[in-house]
Amino acid sequence: MKPIIEFKNFTFKYRSQKEPTIKDINLAIYPGEKVLIVGPSGSGKSTLANCINGLVPFFYKGEIEGTYTISGQNPEDLGIFGLSKIVGTVLQDTDGQFIGLTVAEDIAFALENDKVPQPEMFDRVAKTARLVEVQTLLDHAPGALSGGQKQRVSMAGVMINHVDILLFDEPLANLDPATGKHAIELIDEIHRTDNTTIVIIEHRLEDALTCGADRIVVVGNGGIVADMSPDELMATNILEEQGIREPLYVTALKHAGCRITEESIPSDIRRMHLDAYQAPVNAWFQQTMIAKPMPDHEVILEVNGLNFAYQPGKPVLQDISFQIHKGEMLSIVGKNGAGKSTLSNLICGFLTADSGSITLHGEDLLPWSIKERGEKIGLVMQNPNQMISKPMIYDEVALGLKVRNVPPAEIEKRVHETLKICGLYPFRNWPISALSYGQKKRVTIASILVMNPDIIILDEPTAGQDYRHYTEIMEFLKELNRVSGITIIMITHDMHLMLEYTDRVLVIADGRLLADKRPSEVLTDEELTQKAYLKKTSLYDLAVRCDITPPSDFVECFITYEQQNNRKVKETK
Amino acid sequence: MYSKYIGLLGNASIYYVFMATVIIIHMEDRDMKNKFGIKEVVAIGIGTALFVALTEVQIPLGFIPNTALQPRAALLAFLAAVFGPIVGGVVGLLGHALGDALFYGSIWWSWVFPEAVFGVAVGLFAKKFAIKDGGFDAKNIVLFNIVQVVANAVAWILVAPVLDIVIYAEPANKVFAQGAWAFLGNIIIAGILGSLIAVGYSKIGGKSSSLSKED
Amino acid sequence: MSRVLSYEEKDTWIHRLSGVTKLIFFLLWSITSMITYDTRVLLVMLFLSLVIFAMSKTKWKQVGTVFKFIMLFLCINLIAIFFFSPGQGSKIYGTETPLWHLFGPYTITKEQLFYEFNVMLKYLTVIPAVFMFIVTTNPSEFAASMNKVGIHYNIGYAVAIALRYIPDVQDDFTKIKHAQEARGIEMSRKASLTNRVKSIAAIIFPLVFSSMERIDVVSNAMELRGFGKHKKRTWYSAKPFKRNDYLTLAFTILFTIIAFLITFRDGSRFYNPFI
Repeated sequence: MKPIIEFKNFTFKYRSQKEPTIKDINLAIYPGEKVLIVGPSGSGKSTLANCINGLVPFFYKGEIEGTYTISGQNPEDLGIFGLSKIVGTVLQDTDGQFIGLTVAEDIAFALENDKVPQPEMFDRVAKTARLVEVQTLLDHAPGALSGGQKQRVSMAGVMINHVDILLFDEPLANLDPATGKHAIELIDEIHRTDNTTIVIIEHRLEDALTCGADRIVVVGNGGIVADMSPDELMATNILEEQGIREPLYVTALKHAGCRITEESIPSDIRRMHLDAYQAPVNAWFQQTMIAKPMPDHEVILEVNGLNFAYQPGKPVLQDISFQIHKGEMLSIVGKNGAGKSTLSNLICGFLTADSGSITLHGEDLLPWSIKERGEKIGLVMQNPNQMISKPMIYDEVALGLKVRNVPPAEIEKRVHETLKICGLYPFRNWPISALSYGQKKRVTIASILVMNPDIIILDEPTAGQDYRHYTEIMEFLKELNRVSGITIIMITHDMHLMLEYTDRVLVIADGRLLADKRPSEVLTDEELTQKAYLKKTSLYDLAVRCDITPPSDFVECFITYEQQNNRKVKETK
Repeated sequence: MYSKYIGLLGNASIYYVFMATVIIIHMEDRDMKNKFGIKEVVAIGIGTALFVALTEVQIPLGFIPNTALQPRAALLAFLAAVFGPIVGGVVGLLGHALGDALFYGSIWWSWVFPEAVFGVAVGLFAKKFAIKDGGFDAKNIVLFNIVQVVANAVAWILVAPVLDIVIYAEPANKVFAQGAWAFLGNIIIAGILGSLIAVGYSKIGGKSSSLSKED
Repeated sequence: MSRVLSYEEKDTWIHRLSGVTKLIFFLLWSITSMITYDTRVLLVMLFLSLVIFAMSKTKWKQVGTVFKFIMLFLCINLIAIFFFSPGQGSKIYGTETPLWHLFGPYTITKEQLFYEFNVMLKYLTVIPAVFMFIVTTNPSEFAASMNKVGIHYNIGYAVAIALRYIPDVQDDFTKIKHAQEARGIEMSRKASLTNRVKSIAAIIFPLVFSSMERIDVVSNAMELRGFGKHKKRTWYSAKPFKRNDYLTLAFTILFTIIAFLITFRDGSRFYNPFI
């Protein structure tokens, strides 16, 4: 069989850069295959994807060496329009990809550009909408859809052309875990029924593997580091070396001293042969001491009987009550649109509750202005580019102090101190444009920290970042929490984050507080994870299959071990 | 037949303005075929969305009641300076017309066209400003401001009042006073906010090769 | 009561008309009311506007807030005209019939009142047309309509993108404003002008820069789905022409011609009852 995508000694260099981003790669993908491409940020995996869909070299110019073919043809002869008939791309940013004013128009977009007559369009849109289960939403505007629905519309928008290859650029990045799982299942279904070739670029390997893959291609530093079956890959240490997160159960097995073999089917915990591993896993579980939860400190923030609705009769939050203790690190989780952001907006004073109270150190916050609250409770937005308003790092961090008329000498002292804490001091006179995404995120955290708040709320602190940057930011926040005792609240749907970095989880679903528990308890609770659009962690499956009860203790054991391990790694450094 | 009512201006100046508008429209037509890509279409779309969204964002002057600076004028100056005359002109035209229609329920055409004229005029110098390439230095800030003042003058002291007179037969002294007032407000906001955005964007988009860490 | 005009789905013959028809009607109607100062024509137009408005079953709550705002603006404008140029009416109509003397140069004349009455009529004839157009035309159809009346689809689609992203940009604006307020940026009227400009800058900066990123993403998405492939494109939500569309168009064009004939019959666009 001839490959549908083939790169031979292929090198690409962007016009604006000195070094090639992709160096001398050889890759063949065959019709009907499902291939995962993984790699850390900056590895060249996005450029590789852009070579397949034609953005490179038609939109992003540069030099190509070597040869490549898509569907047996030279992409340079096909042009970007020719390629768009063969390769359908679903972008990560569902809001950016959703161009139409309504679902139907967005699905029809490619047909409109192809001058397809209206009656035929109606017909094909209706058919494709059924495929991805959005047929009831055809006249909805994008504002009325959830992230998952928008993504399905994006899929319909490229599938309408009966493309041979579907290319997904980080399809899981903006979805809550349950919706992400649904997306992966839908992709799998398309793959099976239409025999479409599927290429998925994703760094959340464990979630992307839910439905299996024929091959995983690991990209590192512009080259292909590995190109093998998932089972084969799990038996190596390549992922770890490349800074890509292994599935948690694989890491746990390795912690337990197991040598993972390809034959044990390690890519799927439900099918994996665990006979040889049960004993060491149990032994490891017995010998690892579970760290006891921290004793409760004094209450810093108390929310009591909070109710809120934008429109009467349509409550967004109902009777929410909880306490947050000084120095805690906790996460607020729940499905997109469950009311998490509304809750943080209420705490920050952007919205006013219909009833109920929020107190800080026992004082009612109701009469406080947004600015006054901002001094005690800092908010860090998800996208750092939506917060940064100064071109220079120093000015950005100093902003909050300047507008409060703090004397210049003190501003300088506090800004420098904060920059040191955030590891940004060496860059203090740099323009923000010279920083990476993760560093920008740190600048926004610094610009909040400089005001010495008691509590800092972070909205999706790790969204869109690979494992290395994720770890960097989270370790930084943890250190900050340990050293300065600041209370950290994170709004997230990243299960790893809540599992490994928070002591407590508030689960919100349909406007109600469903649970206030330890993350290990939440992520091993079938009913709760379902209601909150989370997923059970794969550690749960491993624990159950190794007859360990309760599974939540096994999860705790894993977290404790990881934390001790991290500490050791740090000390040896 | 209009000269009777116009007072300050004779027929010649009206013809002049119309000719200029015709030339501009013609120019856009010609350019459209050459280098009007997807990026420009999207820049017009998102630019217009920004312009419309900022319609209601105003900075009250304070010392005179019911007067306000319009940040959207600075936005238009910036967009035109980055994307050129077509994007500038069309964002001005569409943005003003849509914004007026959606928020104020009436389209005051004699003030819609000058907005387009302003966008085109500033946009003509886009290459010189070199905002995207990080070349928006002191010299270009001065140039940007000279251009925006002249463009504002043409748009609000010349085109807007003349159209008001021609189309709506409004009193000359009233429309020129209004035009002058709009001119003042817009040169202030485009001068301060427009320059700030352009400098900021130029720094963010620009290169930063000679940076070293400090201890 | 809604602060901004927006489309609302209803089933009337006006809603069922094609967007093209409504756009042509709207443009010709605006041009006619802009050009003509013939009171008879304006009165007929006002009457017809109100009839059409009533037929479109538009509710007061859809347009009330905006209407009140326009009335305020109209009053201010009428007063301003009088104070800047109390003799404008006499200048136009060539006679001067004083009614009351106020003070200084300010005398209310019949001609001035009549002139300002006409200015007011011009406003009032257009408002229902704008309301009717926005409230009854599905935004999806708008881009298609622009294309059909001869505007290049690039511009038509730019309008569609604008309408698509206005709500998103407004959301972003609110989010950024809140976050900056929490950092201490204040919008209060007490601050000095420079500070107020700086505060606005602190919101507009991130808004503009993140929008510039969005331009890139959206361009990519459109490129990948074949936008601009051909010289023409079709539109999913274009409405085909029906009998009522032809009738409406015929009426609109006929009406425009008649209005112009009546207006310019005596060589001036002003109807002059004073001679």
